[in-house]
Amino acid sequence: MIEVKNVGKIYTNGPAPFEALKDVNFKIDNGEFVAIMGPSGSGKSTLMHILGALDTPTSGEYFLDNKDVSKLSDDELADIRRDKIGFVFQSFNLLPRTTVLRNVMLPLVYADVSKHEREKRAEESLIAAGLEEEHFSHLSNQLSGGQIQRVAIARALVNNPTLILADEPTGNLDTKTGEIVLGTFQKLNRDFGRTIILITHEHEVAEHADRIIFIRDGRLVEDSKSHQKRVIHHTKHDH
Amino acid sequence: MTTKDILEETYTALSANKVRSVLTVLGIVIGISSVIAMVSIGQGAQNAIQTSIEGLGSNLLTIYPGAVQPGRGIVSSGRGAAQSLKNEDVDVLKSIEGVSVVAPELDRRFQIVSSTGNNTNSTVIGTLPEYAVVRNLNLAEGSFITPGQNNFNKVAILGQTAATDLFGDTDPMGKTVKINNVIFRVVGVLQAKGGSGFANLDDMIFVPLSTMQKVLAGVDYLSSVAVSVADKDQMATIKDEATNLLITKHRVSEADFSIISQADILGTLNQVTGAFTMFLAAVASISLIVGGIGIMNMMLTTVTERTREIGLRKAIGAKRKDINTQFLIEAVMLTFIGGVIGVILGWAVSFTITKLGIVETSISLSSVLLAFGVSAAIGIIFGYYPARRAAGLNPIEALRYE
Repeated sequence: MIEVKNVGKIYTNGPAPFEALKDVNFKIDNGEFVAIMGPSGSGKSTLMHILGALDTPTSGEYFLDNKDVSKLSDDELADIRRDKIGFVFQSFNLLPRTTVLRNVMLPLVYADVSKHEREKRAEESLIAAGLEEEHFSHLSNQLSGGQIQRVAIARALVNNPTLILADEPTGNLDTKTGEIVLGTFQKLNRDFGRTIILITHEHEVAEHADRIIFIRDGRLVEDSKSHQKRVIHHTKHDH
Repeated sequence: MTTKDILEETYTALSANKVRSVLTVLGIVIGISSVIAMVSIGQGAQNAIQTSIEGLGSNLLTIYPGAVQPGRGIVSSGRGAAQSLKNEDVDVLKSIEGVSVVAPELDRRFQIVSSTGNNTNSTVIGTLPEYAVVRNLNLAEGSFITPGQNNFNKVAILGQTAATDLFGDTDPMGKTVKINNVIFRVVGVLQAKGGSGFANLDDMIFVPLSTMQKVLAGVDYLSSVAVSVADKDQMATIKDEATNLLITKHRVSEADFSIISQADILGTLNQVTGAFTMFLAAVASISLIVGGIGIMNMMLTTVTERTREIGLRKAIGAKRKDINTQFLIEAVMLTFIGGVIGVILGWAVSFTITKLGIVETSISLSSVLLAFGVSAAIGIIFGYYPARRAAGLNPIEALRYE
């Protein structure tokens, strides 16, 4: 469960203090699929960083699994990210010249999971993310964009996180591949009960979620059910 | 992260850019191997000098006329002019308990002409039969000075070099040589002894002391007295006793002679060769430092190149410590590999130097261990800053880095 209470963030390292977030409040229950939407400069990236425990708010509180993570040290935040958060990035960020399996196992290396267990869980995650088994031993630079993003999704799943945070996951993909990736998120949410937060500036992408939170000028301006949810149906790529 | 994970990561990272890794390692290889080779040359020289000093006869005290001025050492004591050592002093020294053999000598350089017409300029040593014992001299043929010959007998014993210079391939035994226009009969030839570093013991001619003093030089003093001590542990005691007895005998308040033991000479020479070794090692260390800077340069480039990877690692839960360790191990691994190859190469170089006969080199275990220690230390020192920089990266900014 996620609870954001009166969260504000002020950046003071620029020429003038800049208030990126102002008094943001919302709750996300386990198993929800939420899109956080807003134009660029709206503060959604700042919010994503706070939700992902990459940064802490200047004011307010952020509860993740009923634990206040808004005032933790760098190393404590690293532990939260390792145990409770799975990231999917716009630019994928796979390790180059490294096999798919090793890329997916990487978070478990820092979680001190045994080698055997790592491989088992990485394979399960890859299957859940919908990557064909023949690609498991391929190097990450031998895959297509859609396949790379599925590897990244598998990597986000592998530590069994409370929350999967996807930051513009379709931003570097063509529409068709993007649809497949969004379908993968829907399936993970529907079939595996994963809590997913999708950060995007595109309305069409946001509509794949069940609920949309609008951010503008650092304020939460709308929090509503997706009016016309787009559901991606099973294709031959979906397992 | 287990050690195996870290090593795997390190292997992947270093093999990602093989040429760069190899070139960086090369810097360390050159540094370490030159340190090993230089130190082995220095130690080889030290061993050679030590062996030849000991070859002069161990347990030896040498008494020279003239006092050694404090701080000026044995070289510049100006004792050549001093005439304070006399034949009577030999009996005084013989009376000391623990002294086994006393061999006085008087040296002069003379022009020597052989009966075959060859001539050479060589050191002529007037001495007693005991000299052969004290200096470990062995004869190739004939005999050394006998006690009966110290009666102004004109007999000479030739060193190998002197024998070859004067007689070439012919056997000098029984032939005659003219030293300072006095005719001597050759009664013995010494076995070759090899150079001792300063004096070539083979380029010498030995005559009885009395003949030297009365016939050749026309003086009554000695240029040195060698005292062989029975027990090595008694060197210091006997040195003190000899000093006291000779001061009394010479009726002086302060010693007008100096007693130098092999240990003194060895100590002085070890200081010299030690400084020489240190100098060589210091010069070689400069290349090691340059190699270390190469490591630092490469690691800084790597950290910049892999900024996004560092950001990702941090995002998925790597702590500051994990990133720090990873990059530090990479640097240490580079220097360690460089150290191993450097030791092998340095050994090969010093082996070649020995084979070429330049100097008999010697590699000590301590210099190998030191090389490993230094290479690991260089990895830590020059890897520390890049690793700290990597660990200190902000994950958000690192992930955005283009």
